[in-house]
Amino acid sequence: MTTTSGGPKAGREEDSRPSPANATDQEQLTEAAALEAALAVDPSLLASSVGEYMRAWWKRVRGGDTGVLPIVVGLVAIVIIFQVQNSLFLSSGNITNLFIQASVFVLFGMAEVFVLLLGEIDLSVGYVAGVGAVVVALLVGPVGLPWIVAVMAGLAATTAIGIVQGTLVTRLHLPSFVVTLSGLLFFEGAMIWMVDTFSPTTGGVITVTNPVIADLVNGNMTAIEGWITLLVVFVAYAAITVRRESRRRSQGLTAPPARLTVIRLALVLLAGVLLVLIFNSTRGPGVGFSGLPPVIPAILVVLVAFTFLLSSTRFGRYVYAIGGNAEAARRAGVNLALTRTAAFALSGFTAGLAGIVYESRLESISTDIDGGTYVLYAVAAAVIGGASLFGGRGKPVHALLGGVVIAAIYNGMGLLGLAAAIQYMVTALVLLAALTVDRVARRGRAFRSADG
Amino acid sequence: MQALVDISLAIPRGQVTALVGDNGAGKTAMIKTISGIWPPDGGQVVWDGRVVHMHSPKEATALGITTVYQDLALCDNLDIVQNMFLGHEPLRFGTLDEITMELTARQTLDLLAVTTVRSIRQPVASLSGGQRQTVAVARAVMAHSKLVILDEPTAALGVAQTAMVLGLVKRLAEQGVTVLMVSHNLNDVFEVADRLVILHLGHLVVTGPASDFDRQLAVEYMTTGRAQRASTAPASA
Repeated sequence: MTTTSGGPKAGREEDSRPSPANATDQEQLTEAAALEAALAVDPSLLASSVGEYMRAWWKRVRGGDTGVLPIVVGLVAIVIIFQVQNSLFLSSGNITNLFIQASVFVLFGMAEVFVLLLGEIDLSVGYVAGVGAVVVALLVGPVGLPWIVAVMAGLAATTAIGIVQGTLVTRLHLPSFVVTLSGLLFFEGAMIWMVDTFSPTTGGVITVTNPVIADLVNGNMTAIEGWITLLVVFVAYAAITVRRESRRRSQGLTAPPARLTVIRLALVLLAGVLLVLIFNSTRGPGVGFSGLPPVIPAILVVLVAFTFLLSSTRFGRYVYAIGGNAEAARRAGVNLALTRTAAFALSGFTAGLAGIVYESRLESISTDIDGGTYVLYAVAAAVIGGASLFGGRGKPVHALLGGVVIAAIYNGMGLLGLAAAIQYMVTALVLLAALTVDRVARRGRAFRSADG
Repeated sequence: MQALVDISLAIPRGQVTALVGDNGAGKTAMIKTISGIWPPDGGQVVWDGRVVHMHSPKEATALGITTVYQDLALCDNLDIVQNMFLGHEPLRFGTLDEITMELTARQTLDLLAVTTVRSIRQPVASLSGGQRQTVAVARAVMAHSKLVILDEPTAALGVAQTAMVLGLVKRLAEQGVTVLMVSHNLNDVFEVADRLVILHLGHLVVTGPASDFDRQLAVEYMTTGRAQRASTAPASA
C-alpha cells in the first residue's frame, strides 16, 4: 500500500483487515477526501483565476459550507418583501434609521461572539449594558464628569463584571449558563438600585444631555466628513489587503488571484459610496437633516479591532482552539483560565459599548430597558450571522450581518405597523430558519463525505 | 498498588523502540511516567547522560520529550498550520506570523514526506485518521523533540492509513528522532521497530533487538511473561 489519502474520518472506521473490497473503497475514499479538502479550503487559496474561484466557491456552497450566503440571500429576501409592502422601506431616511437600530444589535451580537466561540454563553449582556449605561449617565449627568471619563468608567465597570463572571466560570468551574443567568437577574437589580439611589427623583429615567454622547447616534457628519471617512476606511482596508497578499506571494505561498482582490475591493468601495450617498441625502421631505451618523464608523472601528484581535493574535487563536478542543489547547500549553476570563471580559466590555450606543440613541437610560430581550437578540444576531452555539466557529462580522437582519425585521415590521407580538414571532422564525439552513447544509455535507 | 515494578529500560537514540504488552501490562503507566504525567515513586530517569526529574508534562516537553496520544489532541476547527503551531506561535510585531508558520509547517511536512494533504490551510476536521496522526507527529518534530512517544499510533486506522503512519515512524527515526511506540499490533511493531520491550503485569520481562524475536515468541512473552523456548530467547533484562 502506498500512502494513499483515505477518506475523511471514514478511514478510522474502516476494518483494518485487508479485504477484496478495500481497494475500491480506498479509491472512493480518496475521491471523498479530495472533495472534502476542496470544501474545507478557502477557495481563494486554491484558485488561480476568477472563474476558477467562482467554481471552487460554488462547489463549496453545494458541499454544505455555505459561509455567509444564506444570510445574504435571506437579507435580500427580507428587503424585497418589506419594500414591496411599503415603498418607504428603502428610503434614505429609513435605511439610516435601520442602520442605527442595527448598531445596538450588532454590538450585542459581537459581545456574544466572544463567549460563543468558547462554547460558553453570556445571558447577562443585556443588563450589563444597562449597568454600563447607568454608570455613564450618572457620571456625566448628576456627577458632572467629562464624557470621556464617564465612558471609560462605564466600560471599566462592564469589563470588571465580565472578569468576575469569567472567573466564576473558569476558576470555580460553574456553568456559564447559570453564572450569567444569575448575572442577568443581579445586574437588572443593580441597575435599578443605582438609579433609585443616585437619581431618586427622576422616575427611573436618567436623561443624557451631554452633546458628545447624544451625537454619537443622533449627530450627523457633514457630507465632506462622510466622504473623508469613507476614503480613510477604504484606503486602510485596501492597503492591508494588498500588502498581506503581496507578502504571501513574495514568499511563494498561495494567495487569492489579483483580479479577484481588485473585484472585492471594487465591491467594497461601491457599497461604501452607496451608503455614504444614502446617509448624505436628506431624510425625507421636511426632515431637513442629513449626514453619516458617527456611530456607523464607530461600529466599523470596533469590527476591525475585534476581527484583528480574533484572527491575528495569540489570544484570538487560543479562543478558537479552546472552542474546538479545550483539552488539545490545554496540552499545547494554552492558559485556558486566562483566555476564557479575557473572553468574558471582552464580552462585558462590548456589552458596555452597546449600552452607551443604546442610551445615546434615546438620549436617556431607563430602568425599563429590556435586557432580557436584548440578550436573546444578542445570541440570535450571532447565530443568524453564522456563529456556532457549540464553540469554535464565528467571527465579529457574523454579528454585524445578523444584527442587520434583526434590525431589518424589526424596522420593516414597525414600518408596516405590526404589533410587537408579531415582531417577536417573526424574529423567532427567522432564527429557526437560519439554524435550519445551517444544519441541513451541514448534514448534506456529512452524507457526501461518507462520515460514519 | 504498583503499576510498574523494578523496571530498567534504555531507549537508544535515533531508533524505534516498541513497547508491547497485554492490556494491564503497564504500557500506559510507563509512557505517563516518561512524559512527566505520573512521576515515579522511586528510581531515576537519565536523559542525555544526566539525571532529570520531571514533575509535569511541561517539564518533559522542555527536555524534548513529546507524547502523541491516541486521541490526538488536535483542534478540528483549526487548520493544519494552526494546529502545528498551537501554543508556540511565532509573532511578528506582536501579531501572528502566518507566513513563517506556513513555510515552516510546509518544510516539516516535506521532511516527513507528507504529500497527501491538498492544502495545509484546510481544517484538520477534513483529514483522515492517518493524516491527523501525521499532523500530530509533525507537530512534535517541529518542536525539535528528541524523543517522540507514540501511543497506539495505528489503532483504528485502515490498511492504507496504517502504512502511511508506519512510513512516517520510519522517516522520523531517519531524521534522528528517537521513537518510543506503544502498540498492540505486532504486525506494525515488527515492521518498524528496531528494539522490542515487552511488559507483563507491571514487570519488564524482556528487551532486545526486534530481529531476535519472532511473532510467536513475542506473543508468549506478552501473555505469560516468559518463554518456553528459553534457548532461543534474547537475554532477559
